[in-house]
Amino acid sequence: MTLTLSKVAKTFPDGTRALNPTSLEIAEGEILSLLGPSGCGKTTLLRIIAGLESADAGGTLSFNGEDVTRLPVERRKIGMVFQNYALFPNMSVRGNIGYGLKMAGLPRAAIAARVAEVVALCRLEPYADRAITALSGGQRQRVALARAVAPRPRVLLLDEPLSALDAALRTDLRDELAELLRAVGTTAVFVTHDQDEAMAIADRVAVMSMGNMLQIGAPEALYRRPADAFVARFVGNAMPLGGRIEGDRLLIDGAVLPLAQPAHGTTAWVRGEDIALDDAGPLPATVDAVTFLGTHYRIKLTTTGPAPLFSLHHGHSAPRPGDTVRLSIPPHAILTLPAAA
Amino acid sequence: MSIRFFSLACLLPLASFTLAFLALPLTRLVLGAASGDDGWGVYWQILQTPRYISALLQTIWISATVTVAALAISTTAALFLQRNRFPGRSLLLSVLTLPLAFPGVVVGFMIILLAGRQGLVNQLTPGHTVFAYSSFGLFLGYLYFSIPRVLLTVMAAAEKIDPALEEAARTLGAPAWRVTWDVLLPALRPALIAAGAIAFATAMGAFGTAFTLATDIDVLPMVIYTEFTLSANFAMASALSVVLGLVTWGLLLTARSLSGGTIAAGG
Amino acid sequence: MRIAKALQLTLTLLACAFLLVPTIQSVLAGVTANYFRGLSSGLTLKWVAEVWSLYSGSIFLSIGLALACLVVTTLIGVPAAYALARRPGRGSRVIEEFVSLPLAIPGLALALALLQLYGSLQGFRAHWSFILVGHVLYTLPFMLRAVLAVLAAIDLRSLEESAATLGAGPWRRFIDVVVPNALPGVLAGGLTVVTLSIGEFNLTWMLHTPFLKTLPVGLADSYASMRLEIASAYTLVFFVMIVPLLMAMQWASSRAQRMFR
Repeated sequence: MTLTLSKVAKTFPDGTRALNPTSLEIAEGEILSLLGPSGCGKTTLLRIIAGLESADAGGTLSFNGEDVTRLPVERRKIGMVFQNYALFPNMSVRGNIGYGLKMAGLPRAAIAARVAEVVALCRLEPYADRAITALSGGQRQRVALARAVAPRPRVLLLDEPLSALDAALRTDLRDELAELLRAVGTTAVFVTHDQDEAMAIADRVAVMSMGNMLQIGAPEALYRRPADAFVARFVGNAMPLGGRIEGDRLLIDGAVLPLAQPAHGTTAWVRGEDIALDDAGPLPATVDAVTFLGTHYRIKLTTTGPAPLFSLHHGHSAPRPGDTVRLSIPPHAILTLPAAA
Repeated sequence: MSIRFFSLACLLPLASFTLAFLALPLTRLVLGAASGDDGWGVYWQILQTPRYISALLQTIWISATVTVAALAISTTAALFLQRNRFPGRSLLLSVLTLPLAFPGVVVGFMIILLAGRQGLVNQLTPGHTVFAYSSFGLFLGYLYFSIPRVLLTVMAAAEKIDPALEEAARTLGAPAWRVTWDVLLPALRPALIAAGAIAFATAMGAFGTAFTLATDIDVLPMVIYTEFTLSANFAMASALSVVLGLVTWGLLLTARSLSGGTIAAGG
Repeated sequence: MRIAKALQLTLTLLACAFLLVPTIQSVLAGVTANYFRGLSSGLTLKWVAEVWSLYSGSIFLSIGLALACLVVTTLIGVPAAYALARRPGRGSRVIEEFVSLPLAIPGLALALALLQLYGSLQGFRAHWSFILVGHVLYTLPFMLRAVLAVLAAIDLRSLEESAATLGAGPWRRFIDVVVPNALPGVLAGGLTVVTLSIGEFNLTWMLHTPFLKTLPVGLADSYASMRLEIASAYTLVFFVMIVPLLMAMQWASSRAQRMFR
């Protein structure tokens, strides 16, 4: 199903603008992630698609061309996985999964058949007759997903579905969720504040900040070609280098770093994995702190730039705090972004 | 059907019942007080009639002493039961909360059994000791139903106090009595205010117990009752009820704003 | 430390004795052939039988009233608690406060208010539903608060939203999600309602008519006009009814609190 949003905005009764007019098209079967820090409007947008919030006048929302802007949530035929799962404690696993089918008015036998199918798909067979309170966090997450997909919704909406789990479990379930969503094949919108989650699960990622959709694209495109400093910082933790760009050169105090192409008037950003300790490098820096992280060292460096730089240093040894080192950055790794923000 | 409409529909039974049987009758009560010969002057008349004033003062006095006594007894018992586990503890707790469901008349009867003409005290002591129908008997009756109410409020609050607070005070070198004084009682303060207000308001309005015991004592509920049934002075009975209602309601409201919790009298 | 503890225990035991001794006296007096002569006069159930023949009507009236009160407070209180829990805020607090007024205002004042407004409607005044109104007025806040407390403790909003995304309209959500999850509160509130209704005296004494005497009204009657043994036996019957209810009520309330901590 294609999901089309046109100039959808949300102003809360107290006057807070949670979402500025946003237009967006999500293709059949696509998995889109809304990524941003808390308060950026991503959950509001998801709730508008669900019908749990109403959009300001002027915005429209359509499913496959059908205008659903004014359709109440219970008639939109969507499936939603809530952040805390919101499983009904008064029903068993099977009862929860079958609830949407019951509401759709399906006959008993059809409900049982579909529930069995979804239970198998989500690998819930051993727990199907348990009470909700007898499930672990990961199992609850799967039940929530199973319940949402059972009635074959037109679109599947997921609100931070992994955030209630502890860190170790989260990574495992992230990959499992990605597989399940692909197996189900429904168009899906997935809200998260975790860039790894967004990248691992989504076909496209939309980065949001302060009620605006800043950039939308494939994970790799966002990473390689961020549209602005916010996206660069949020996706892949880019750090500002400071200095001044003239033509195809970045000038920092005395140092000169070559750029891949002329980018006059923009600001320069870099990611930790692209900063190399290099005795022949052009940029001098002082080591502030060194953290050993197993696969690499994380080295905090002070340069003349506006903020400390963190270098991810692969190697068998690292400098000590207080050492003076020199850094080099490959020309293509310097992101040149509009000066604003 | 929209959810807004459904919510309103859910409130409808409550709204109709409360309007018909609470809002309108209370309005009628307030207006009824002014329907006598004196009009609104009925309140001025209360202030000028010594019998009413002394009844009001007597009621306040008994209620206040009961409140203090119930707070002292119940807080001691609540803290003791809260921090000591021993066989029979839950039995003691059940006994102490037993009178919660006793109507005032039954409480009155309990005091008669204790201190009436055929009462225990009169049987055990050689002299003729009957005090069920005195102010002291009334005090005992009010205390009887106040103890469980205060106990439950204080125990609920004591359960919520973080034991680490006390342990912290201990590690800082405070002796047991200082811990009680500096940590426990301040933490219990809101509950004590709440429980005190409940005890006081309940005692002020207690009718059943007074009905059984206060044949010779003028407490406000009994005065209202006699004005209404014997003298058929509806305006004065209403005016006194309004005064009594305002005093108890105002008191509970003040106590709540002081303690920050929800408080209800009842009984 | 030891002395302090001993003092506390003594005071606790004294308080227990103060509450318990007269109840035991009353139980004993109710089954003693002649209380004046003491237990040596023998144990008998004749006073209880006499109470039954004199007051069984009052007892059944009280049970009937309590059950009717339970039905009415449930029908009014549960939907109202839901509506208030859905929109927490100043308005809801004011409503809750107003409905709880009968807990703050003495029953006597409420009864006078009801009598002055409806006392002249003879058909209503002399009907048992007049007493029922008083009982509902007094017990409704307990039902409302018990259900509200449970609804406030569960994540009502997301449960309802998730039911809505699965296609359930307001009525289905209420029946399928709200009511089942509010049941511990309804149980606790319901037991409180029944217990309080059976024991209610302050309002009932003013509202009753000679043909409609509830159990506590009958008790007051027996204390005033019957011999001590009959009054005690009647009190004993009341204890037998109220004590199990009280225990069930306390169990249900603490269970509802535990479940949602």
